[in-house]
Amino acid sequence: MKYLCLVYLDDAKLHAVPDSECLAASEGLRAEGRVVAAEALHPVDTATTLRLRDGKLTMTDGPFAETKEQLAGFYLFDAADLDEAVALAARIPPVRTGSIEIRPVRELDPSR
Amino acid sequence: MSVDADAPADIAATVATLFRRDSRKVLATLIRLLGDFDLAEEAMQDAFKAAVEQWPRDGIPANPVPWLVSAGRFKAIDGIRRRARFDAIDGDVATAVEAIPDGAARWDEAEEIADDPLRLIFTCCHPSLSADAQVALTLREISGLTTEEIARAFLAPPATLAQRIVRAKAKIRAAHIPYKVPGAGELGERLASVLRVIYLVFNEGYSASAGSSLTRADLSAEAIRLGRLVVDLLPEREAMGLLALMLLQESRRAARSGPNGELVTLEAQDRSRWDRAQIDEGLAWVERALAAPPAGAATRPGTAAAARRDSAARFGPYVLQAAIAAVHAGAASAEKTDWAEIVGLYDVLVRLQPTPVVALNRAVAVAMRDGPAAGLPLIETLLADGQLQDYHLAHAARADICRRLGRHADARASYERALALARQEPEREFLAARLRDLPS
Repeated sequence: MKYLCLVYLDDAKLHAVPDSECLAASEGLRAEGRVVAAEALHPVDTATTLRLRDGKLTMTDGPFAETKEQLAGFYLFDAADLDEAVALAARIPPVRTGSIEIRPVRELDPSR
Repeated sequence: MSVDADAPADIAATVATLFRRDSRKVLATLIRLLGDFDLAEEAMQDAFKAAVEQWPRDGIPANPVPWLVSAGRFKAIDGIRRRARFDAIDGDVATAVEAIPDGAARWDEAEEIADDPLRLIFTCCHPSLSADAQVALTLREISGLTTEEIARAFLAPPATLAQRIVRAKAKIRAAHIPYKVPGAGELGERLASVLRVIYLVFNEGYSASAGSSLTRADLSAEAIRLGRLVVDLLPEREAMGLLALMLLQESRRAARSGPNGELVTLEAQDRSRWDRAQIDEGLAWVERALAAPPAGAATRPGTAAAARRDSAARFGPYVLQAAIAAVHAGAASAEKTDWAEIVGLYDVLVRLQPTPVVALNRAVAVAMRDGPAAGLPLIETLLADGQLQDYHLAHAARADICRRLGRHADARASYERALALARQEPEREFLAARLRDLPS
């Protein structure tokens, strides 16, 4: 079972946790073989939102939703159940200054 | 009496009794075996149908619960295989069902079956579900209440309740919320979530805000039943504390409202109308919760002293509140209550739960111990902090203390403020009566 953990941080707190600490945490989690992928992201003002409507591709500057907190990075974990995913996500340092949204990954069904 | 001699009518009655008593147990085990709430519900219903059909012919099995689990499991597998011929099947469920070991092998695991209701309650009260969903799911799955019954009890539209339950089940399935009793490391926090749901159900039944009072009383009784279920399987202190607290509060039910449904305060209650059996059971649970410490530790109201002596870290909020309720239960009247003991327990509770409401209760107890003049500044400080400004009981408490001090104008102002904020009819009537009784 895969869980995508989205790391959200307040604009003002984007650099509250030093990179070195994030690197150390992610190395620890990777060493346990639970990390499928994990990356930090550039701030939202570098974001482009894409929409295809009536065959026309439109791009907008900025994130999909304007909120106080922005997506700062993500982890994709392999975990047995939600409790395990929660235990892993609780070790992502920005959990102290921002929030982590845990989303179960849905396997796409070719018959649907 | 031989089983063959059972008349079909007797068997139908036996099945009905078993359904009332054990259907949720059967369901809990089927959820574990099948890994799906809806499939398990259907299988459980099918199992009882099979019992009605087969027992008149084959006799009632010696152990009906494992028989029902086994029957339900076979029905589910059968149904899945039949459906599989017609449409693509959910991979997860099919795998889970295929992986189920042979029925016979599982019956040795009596302990595992016995723990299934506990797994179920931990899943239903998983903190990743919303508080509303936890309550609805617990009442639906563990108590076996229908969606309509839950909706009526919570004065919510049935469609809203149904949607809440469907959404919660979908999340359990998609996010793989586990079906297990949490490990020691997380047990405390997770148990707190379960106990909070149970106490919420209890309070919904205890504070007769609206709706049929009968339905409400049933909710409290159901909460007590859930409390017993948890204590039976997980004899943790806080679980015992909650059970004790609920029993001691419930013991006052008959005395806490007058002939016209108006509120009667603890102070004015006819204590001979308190339910003695519930008090005795509640006190016994308080003692058990406080137990383990030194030999010859005080019993009865004295148990409060034990709780107070002990560090706040050792006893949780439910044990402390139960100990407070136990002091009340042991007192012949409000005047004869050991208010020093109660203030002492609140001192510990307020450190553990530093909320304005707990502080308010402590202030009221201080007013009873040292007189209204001592309590008034505490309450006024709390009101000045602002957090209790919209809490009617804070204004009612100030009004009561002012009344006792003969400060009638202040009392009137506070009663009026409380009345403007109170939403429950019995409380409103009580406050209105107090206002009328004030000398102008």
